[in-house]
Parts: sequence; structure tokens; C-alpha cells
Amino acid sequence: MYKLVLAFRYLYRRRISYLALAAVALCVFIVVVVMTVMDGLVGDFKQKNHNYTGDCVVGTESLVGFAYYEDFARIAEKASYVEAVTPVIKSYALVGVEGSGRNTGVELMGVEAGSYSRVTGFGRTLYYHKNDASKAFEAGSDSNLPGFVIGADLWSGRNEKGEYYYAPSPEATALSVTCFPLTAKGALAKAGTDVVNTKTFYFSDCSQSGLARVDGSIIYLPFEEAQVLCGMTEPVKRASWIHIKFKQGTNIEEGCRQVRQMWGKFYDEYKGKDNAELLSQVSVRSWKEHRRESIAGMEKEQTMLMMMFGLVGLTTVFIVYVVFYMIISHKTKDIGILKSIGASCGDVIVLFLGFAAGLGVIGSAVGVAGGMLFLRNINRIEGWLYERFGFQLWDRTIYAIGEIPHRLDLTMLAVVTGCAVLACLAGAVLPSVGAARARPADVLQVSQL
Amino acid sequence: MSKDGFIIEAQGIHKTYRMGAAQVQVLKGADIAVKKGEFVAIVGASGSGKSTLLHILGALDRPDKGVVRFEGRDLSGMGGGELNEYRNKMIGFVFQFYHLLDELNVLENVILPAMVPAGIIGWMSKRAGVKKRGLELLKAVGLEERATHKPYQLSGGERQRAAIARALVNEPRLLLADEPTGNLDSATGNGILELLERLNRAGQTIVMVTHDERVAKRAGRTITLADGKVK
Repeated sequence: MYKLVLAFRYLYRRRISYLALAAVALCVFIVVVVMTVMDGLVGDFKQKNHNYTGDCVVGTESLVGFAYYEDFARIAEKASYVEAVTPVIKSYALVGVEGSGRNTGVELMGVEAGSYSRVTGFGRTLYYHKNDASKAFEAGSDSNLPGFVIGADLWSGRNEKGEYYYAPSPEATALSVTCFPLTAKGALAKAGTDVVNTKTFYFSDCSQSGLARVDGSIIYLPFEEAQVLCGMTEPVKRASWIHIKFKQGTNIEEGCRQVRQMWGKFYDEYKGKDNAELLSQVSVRSWKEHRRESIAGMEKEQTMLMMMFGLVGLTTVFIVYVVFYMIISHKTKDIGILKSIGASCGDVIVLFLGFAAGLGVIGSAVGVAGGMLFLRNINRIEGWLYERFGFQLWDRTIYAIGEIPHRLDLTMLAVVTGCAVLACLAGAVLPSVGAARARPADVLQVSQL
Repeated sequence: MSKDGFIIEAQGIHKTYRMGAAQVQVLKGADIAVKKGEFVAIVGASGSGKSTLLHILGALDRPDKGVVRFEGRDLSGMGGGELNEYRNKMIGFVFQFYHLLDELNVLENVILPAMVPAGIIGWMSKRAGVKKRGLELLKAVGLEERATHKPYQLSGGERQRAAIARALVNEPRLLLADEPTGNLDSATGNGILELLERLNRAGQTIVMVTHDERVAKRAGRTITLADGKVK
């Protein structure tokens, strides 16, 4: 009982305890704020990639695509765990605003707006057709003309708040799209001077997925139009990918495993058919595997951050060690007194470890409370800093990041608090053991006082 | 109690300290035996080993050689837990510099030895009784009005009286006092000696270390230490 009383008294009567408490609180505050922001950014980035991809993709990176995609899509649609399926053409194109005489290379995606929106978050990324994505390719100037949807960064600039400039209604802009059609073998489909397919499309909408690379490089065309431009209609219809959305509650990895099985059977059945050699290049991937290249970098940054916080943790341990070393140096008399009245070595260790645990719990609580308060107001603070000093954490005209993430993860808070308490205990162990080993006759000597 | 009626006896106590590179032999075969109810003063010059002998009697230190028996039981045969219990229940220590804990008030300091062996639940059950005993002891030493004061708010004499109350809270069989008046003026020291005399008259066995012959005369028996041995 006295250990509890003394630990508590040491904690609030010693000024140096407040310094240790402040150090722990500051470390916890930094970790909570940075982890929340970083977790939010990574989580948000993954969610955007998930929205962009759907749950599962079946296809090939080859520009030639693969045949019999319609047959597989029909089979997949019937599976009990599949919500929706959509084919996608993926290629490259040269685009130029008609009359400008200039063009630029872009990634081209041919999609069926309706089904693609059911599988992915495409519909929600549109500006003018958010409520009816099936009309995404209806050109603003004339709904009978073939439309195109363009990545927001290719179309418009961003202001300092990260907002794009959009006209009230789709502008009447015509874009010529040029592709190099390929045969099923990968050779140029046309010969001579007319090796390319060119067609004019009219602006219908902008897509803002929140993924800088996607919004800055992709132009979407109606699936059939893209298929023709890329030469993927002859001799057999081809697509690059089939995107699949699973029914709610389906485990994505399990769903992908079942699709792999389904594909295996399909492949065995179709491998003898004409142009079936392309099927051998097809893979089945979860959205994470499909977007691995984009996500991996950010995950690596997150891992590096965790390592840096490991160092912050070590710093906390060292600070607590120094503080306890100092406190215990000043408390040798107390240790002698306690031992002279029957306290054991274990009691002395428990006393100081209790003190350390109290320091960790209160320091963490202060740090977490401070972190929560700061995170709740982080966007307001950044807005104020921008208005007063022109400071922004990220330049919104460059980075596709809107609000600074500030949603707290309770598990993370529990882990950080636990680690802070453990760090305090770790820092206090050596001085506590040293204190416990002190001989009362030595520390109570007049010359030692 | 030993068959000779000694509450504590030490035979052939040797103790050497290392001071830098040198070895200082403080005790060279000291013998002492104290009967129940005695008030014994150990006197000797500074550095004669008085405090060292007292620490050895109170199991705050171990002799290099020799035997200490408390009520016939050899302290060297006791384990760590038993020695802690010995210091807690059998012995009450009074130090020259009082050694009260600054973080606790006077009453808390007094009842601290009763708190040491108690767990949280055990303490809850005996808290009221211990507090009552602590207040009675403070009354007995004339500090009942100072129970909630902090040690730094007390005078030297008051601190020493609080330390005596602390030493008595577990009703120890032996009170060991190391220069209890050494840090006090003569009037205040006299008050402390009167208190010790009163306790002894009530049956408390006391062993007191002092370098002051006048203080030693207040005890029932005086033992002189010189050159590491009892004269």
C-alpha cells in the first residue's frame, strides 16, 4: 500500500517528475499525431486504389489483351459471391485538342460506364454525371456525339485548397484520339502510311479519383470505341482486363482464390480455341496485388516512419532512465529508511516501477489528449497558418490531398499508450534495481547524507 | 529469549570497510549482550564503530565474522524475507538525522512501518486501527497537533520525536537509537532522553549509541567501544 502512496507522492511532489511526464507526453503526442496523419494518408490512398480497381481483376498487362473475355465475364457474373463484372481496355494514345496542332501521350481506358461504375468507384469520381454514371460518355455539346472522360489533372488546374476549376456545364471541346491498333500477335494491325486509328471525341466529364497518377494521365473512352481504336475487335474481340466486384461480406482474398479456380477451369476449356494462346498470359489478382506498384512505396514510407518512431521510443526510454537515475540519486536516503523498516528489495523495485508506470500512464494520457485536441483542429490550424503565413503542409496545387487526415484509430492509441508505459518501465528498470541493491547501512551513513 | 535472558547478543563481531584503496577494520571482535528491559548506551570516540555495531544488531549490515543472536536466534541463519520481518517487527530504529520521508506527513511517517508488510486489502482492514495507534503515539511524544504537518514544518526535536513514534509503531522488542540527540541542542536533546527513559520505564529495551558521556549516563548501563572492541 505504501508503495502506491509513495509512488504517487513522488510523482506529484517532485518537479523533475513533471519534466519526465512532459517528455513522455510530448513523445506520445508526436507519435499519435504523425501516426494518425500517416495512417490516414495511407488508408485513404489504399481506399482510392480500391475504389479505382474494384475487388479483383482478371487480365494481362499486354497491350494485345485476351480473347473470350465476354464468355468469362458471363460465367463470373453467375457466381454467388460476385456483385458485378466489367471489361476494360487499357492502352496508350496520342490526344490533341482539335485545331491546336499539338498532341500528348496519355493512358487510354475503354470502359462501359454503367457496369464499370458498379464495379469501381468511377461514377463517384465524375463531376457532371455523378448521379447517372451510365451517361458519362454523353458529350456536353451533343449527347449523340461520342464523349470522353478525362482525368481531372489533365483537364483543369487546382487552387491552393486542392479544388479544381470546373465550368458550370461540360465545355464543347473536341479531342482527337490516336491509337496504334495491334493484332492478336502484337504486330501493327495496319501497314503503310495509315498505321494508326484516329477518331474525334467530345468532352463529357472529368474524373477525379484522388490518385495523382491516374487523374494526371488517363482518358476514358466508351469500351466499344476504345476496342475499335486499339484493333481489339479482329479477328476475335479482346479486352485487357475484367474487373470484378464481390458481394458485400465476401473476403477479398477468398473471393480472388475462387476466381482463380474459375479461371483455371475456363482456361482448360478454352485453351484449344483460336487465339486462345493469349489466355496463358492472364492472371487473377486482388486489387492490392494489381495496384502493388503504387501502394508499395507508401507502405515502405509507413514502415520507415514506424522505425523512426522506434527511435522516438528509445529516446523516451533514455529520458526516463536519466530522470529516474536523478530521482533515485536524490532518494537514496528514502531507500535506506524503507529498508530499515523492513521493505524488501522487491518492494523498492515495485515502488519505483509503480512510479514509472504512473509516469507512463499520466504522460500518455496527456499526450493522447493533446494529440486528439490537435488532430481535431489540425485542418483549422493549417487553414489559419495558410491565411496568416502562407504555410501549407502540402501544396494542394501539386498534391492530390484534400483535408489532412485526422480520424483516430483506437487500436493505435492503445498500442502507443502501452508502448509509452513499457518505455517508462524499461527506462526505470536499471535505476530501480540499482536502488534495490543499495545497502541501508551505506546510504544512511552520516557521510552519505 | 535466550537461556541467559538476553534479548540480543553479539559475539566476536568483525567488520572491515574499504575506503578507496585502504581497508579500515572498524570492529575487531566486539561483544555485546543486552537483557530485556535494559537501557544500554554504547559510547566511544568518533570512528570507534558504534554505529556499525548498531547497524549489525539491527540487521542493516552484516558482520564479516561473528554471531548476532536475537532472542537466541542467529541472524545469519535468516533469509532475506525473515530479515525484512525482523527489521519491521522486532526492531525500531531512531537515527541521528531523523530520516523522515519528506513526501509524507508526520502521521504517515509514523505509521509507515505498519504499512510496509500490508497489501492493499490487508491495509484497508487494519488502516483505522493503525491510524489510531499512530495518533496515540504522536500524543505520547507530544505531537498530536502536528499529525498532518510535513517534516520540514517541524523543529529538530519534533522530528526526532516523530522518528521515535515511527520506531515504536509496530511495538518492537528492541529500540536501536543512533545518536538520537546528536543533532539537537541540549534542552531539546534532554527532552528526547526523557522520552527514552519514560519508554524504558514502561518496559522498552533500548540500545543507544552516543559519543557524549553525559547522554550515556542517562542509560542504565554503558558499554565503551575502543579500538574495535568493547572495553
